[in-house]
Amino acid sequence: MKRSILILLKTLVWLACLAPAVWLVWGAVTNDLGPDPTADIAFTTGRTTLRLLAITLAITPLRRLSPHLNWLIKFRRLLGLFAFFYATLHMLTYVALYSGFSVPAMIGDVAKRRFITMGVAAYLLLLPLALTSTTWAIRKLGGKNWNRLHKLIYLAAICGVIHYWWQVKTGVITPITITAIIAALLLARPLLSWMQRRRKARAAVAA
Amino acid sequence: MLIAKPPDIPSSEITSRDAYFRYLNRRRFLKGAAAVGAAAMGADRLARLVSPRTTVHADPTKLQTVYSPLTTTGEQLTTFDDITHYNNFYEFGVDKSDPAKNAGGLPTRPWTVKVEGKVAKPLTFSIDDLLKLHPLEDRVYRHRCVEAWSMVIPWVGYSLSEFIKQCNPLPSANYVQFLSYYDRHVEKWGGAETSIVWPYSEGLRMDEAMNPLTLLTFGLYGETLPNQDGAPVRIVLPWKYGFKSAKSIVTVRFIDKQPPTTWNEQAPNEYGFYSNVNPDVDHPRWSQKTERRIGLPFYAQRRTTLMFNGYTDQVASMYTGMNLRKYF
Repeated sequence: MKRSILILLKTLVWLACLAPAVWLVWGAVTNDLGPDPTADIAFTTGRTTLRLLAITLAITPLRRLSPHLNWLIKFRRLLGLFAFFYATLHMLTYVALYSGFSVPAMIGDVAKRRFITMGVAAYLLLLPLALTSTTWAIRKLGGKNWNRLHKLIYLAAICGVIHYWWQVKTGVITPITITAIIAALLLARPLLSWMQRRRKARAAVAA
Repeated sequence: MLIAKPPDIPSSEITSRDAYFRYLNRRRFLKGAAAVGAAAMGADRLARLVSPRTTVHADPTKLQTVYSPLTTTGEQLTTFDDITHYNNFYEFGVDKSDPAKNAGGLPTRPWTVKVEGKVAKPLTFSIDDLLKLHPLEDRVYRHRCVEAWSMVIPWVGYSLSEFIKQCNPLPSANYVQFLSYYDRHVEKWGGAETSIVWPYSEGLRMDEAMNPLTLLTFGLYGETLPNQDGAPVRIVLPWKYGFKSAKSIVTVRFIDKQPPTTWNEQAPNEYGFYSNVNPDVDHPRWSQKTERRIGLPFYAQRRTTLMFNGYTDQVASMYTGMNLRKYF
């Protein structure tokens, strides 16, 4: 890909990823976050985290579909870090606006409320991935170890989806869309591997 | 009809009277906007894009009201806009903004309420019968949702006890059940977005139903209820979590046993039959010690939740000797 096109695309991805945060800041400044701004901030940051995790998880299966899509790898770290950025905002919303910075309240919540426990687990799984996202860390760990560590994103995404289901009321099925998308992206991996093996085996037989 | 948003006054500056005035201004503004016609169309579209707001309050009628000593004082009213655009009415969608968009099809007239079960004789009341049954009162009540948000709403109605007296319940009528309107063609969202078995059902013990605070409600802000707020007639129970206050009621059934109620059936560990506002009994998924007041900036929303939502004097005696942790 031409450098200029890459720069243009990266700028667009940055803008798209920042849009929900800009929207929230603008809404907070103009006091236009709707009737329940606290809930709006919590929901927007949580939803954006899950969406960005899904987009990050889509890169690998897409690349496997066609070698022409190999360039997508250049966006994976950016997208993953933005997912972490929104997860952090989501976490801070809870700490500041829900628990009111009260440590006993937070400990109580994590111990008693499984949706919060699951949310914290998802965040703690993302944390080492964000910390080892630098080129220096990749070199230090070695590609193989780094890849192994970063498989934690699968677990983080699953925890994130469970966190969503446990947060909504029983009987509400709105998390179904993101669940289906993330499930498809996770299942696509073994499926694509199997198809690849079969293709290779056939090629071997033909040869 | 053209919809436009009036200039925002910081909510901290709104007193109850100002809020009402602002609402009246808004209505005048809507009429003015309609007169401007096609020229305003572009601006309206743009305004909607920036801040999408729709309203289902197609034919509001002003209601004649009288003062009630049971009205709550000293609270800043939630704006009409927020009361009508932040609704839990799952038949019309699970998002808080859905009912305002989707409730337009609710056929509020003609409307009848059937009275059945343990009564001397089954009866049917038309909405006009009900509106004439007793003078309508202005009742400002705090409204506390089980989801830990709250509003202050100027309802219009009269004590449900006035209606129950006309129903001649039998001595065996220990409970009252309310069934909400349900038509899966009109309310397709209820089936598509939830696994709830409709119609919505709620219920009260007879003494709770007869408590003067229990309001048979026909309006808010001096006008008939907008569809998304439970038109044309609903119950309001200010000391209980909001879901106990059934909307758009079509059947009132007197029964001897505790009736099945929608959210209690969905998740009995989360929503008790009584569901009295109680800061000491947490919801399994969040604390009920505090609440978020609707319409305030994010840093000013948090406030302490009061026992029985601040209506202890009027209702606590009904629960003396009851373990409110067990019967939550």
